[in-house]
Amino acid sequence: MLEAIGLGCVRGERTLFSGLDFALAAGELLRVAGANGSGKTSLLRIVCGLLAPSAGEVRWNGASARALREEYWRRLLYIGHANAIKDDLTAAENLAVACTLSGVRAEPARIGEALRRMGLAPYGSRPCKLLSQGQRRRVALARLHLATATPLWVLDEPFAALDATAVAEVEALIAGHVARGGIAIYTTHQEAHIGAAVAHTINLDEGARAC
Amino acid sequence: MLEALLCVIGRDLRLAMRRRSDVATALLFFVIVVTLFPLALGPEPNLLRAIAPGVIWVAALLASMLSAARLFAADYADGTLEQMALSATPLGAIVAAKVAAHWLVSGLPLVAIAPVLALQFDLDQSLLGALVLSLLLGTPVLSFIGAIGAALTLGVRGSGVLTALLVLPLYVPVLVIGAGALDVAAAGQSSEPHFLLLAALLVLAGAFTPWAIAAALRISLE
Repeated sequence: MLEAIGLGCVRGERTLFSGLDFALAAGELLRVAGANGSGKTSLLRIVCGLLAPSAGEVRWNGASARALREEYWRRLLYIGHANAIKDDLTAAENLAVACTLSGVRAEPARIGEALRRMGLAPYGSRPCKLLSQGQRRRVALARLHLATATPLWVLDEPFAALDATAVAEVEALIAGHVARGGIAIYTTHQEAHIGAAVAHTINLDEGARAC
Repeated sequence: MLEALLCVIGRDLRLAMRRRSDVATALLFFVIVVTLFPLALGPEPNLLRAIAPGVIWVAALLASMLSAARLFAADYADGTLEQMALSATPLGAIVAAKVAAHWLVSGLPLVAIAPVLALQFDLDQSLLGALVLSLLLGTPVLSFIGAIGAALTLGVRGSGVLTALLVLPLYVPVLVIGAGALDVAAAGQSSEPHFLLLAALLVLAGAFTPWAIAAALRISLE
């Protein structure tokens, strides 16, 4: 379903990676590994279509993702480094806006349920500026509960700032998504234990490697 | 799609309501700039009457530019702009919704308070209608053009001054036509052609600038 063909990325004068190929079918998981500055985030942004690759292209069901545009983005859930959370809005309002933007239907009851499952039930009606860094991350990741029908998940450091319980919850969410036939791509620095039938790893430190 | 656009407008209005000081700053800036002129030039009624349209229009233009310069900065900093760029709704439409919300928060109050400020200049009562109408048609165009500047200078250091340099020349046609409408009305002629021109500018800006802004935002995000 998702294919990357000969992806290359040059930032400034530095070549981060080149000739990177991978193909992910339904129910497959991909972990992107590498040191800081090795191009993990750039790779994810290229997969999303936020960044144009210096070579190669990303294809979704055989068609170029950059040509599909909204058709592709409708099937994509991207959670980046930044949480995309407004300090002045409550967790529930933030979640509702994020879901509407990505074209996911989310009734207030389902939003409340997603926040409860992320352990944010007592904070749902408070402005997010009162939340800690980890709690904000949880608000951003609560979208995973609502976007179960979105086939492609691209998660940049989803476990950053999370405590052990939240990490386990997010791991279970990703495993559940892959088990349902979704595709997930993620980066992480810590050991993650995500059960998946087919799990690939790309290590950007060792140069571009096909998988 | 309509749902997403209403959601963006609602979100921006709600954010503005929870952070009223930002809205008040632009409005107070407008009030103060307009008020400086009668104070500096002295109470000569004929002079004040003659400069009123120009002063009010220039002040509206500066106030609009000041508030538009920050239009995308917060969304860029917290990552919301990335989510908008990856939305199922075209970015151009989302941008149009954001500009509409920006105008409701920063343009519409200027239009509403302008007749009161015109009293300082002893502007003829019969001209107040023309003043309000010209601002009503002109300030949304200013918001659209200001948004282009804001999008182009996103993430650039010292972007405030740069936005001003980029945007102010583009404001000139709106200023000339808008202030001209009042001069013509003051001379006792019909200012309808000026209003039609402003309306045409508004239609053009509304139809085309969102796509230019969206393209500029995508470049800034790379």
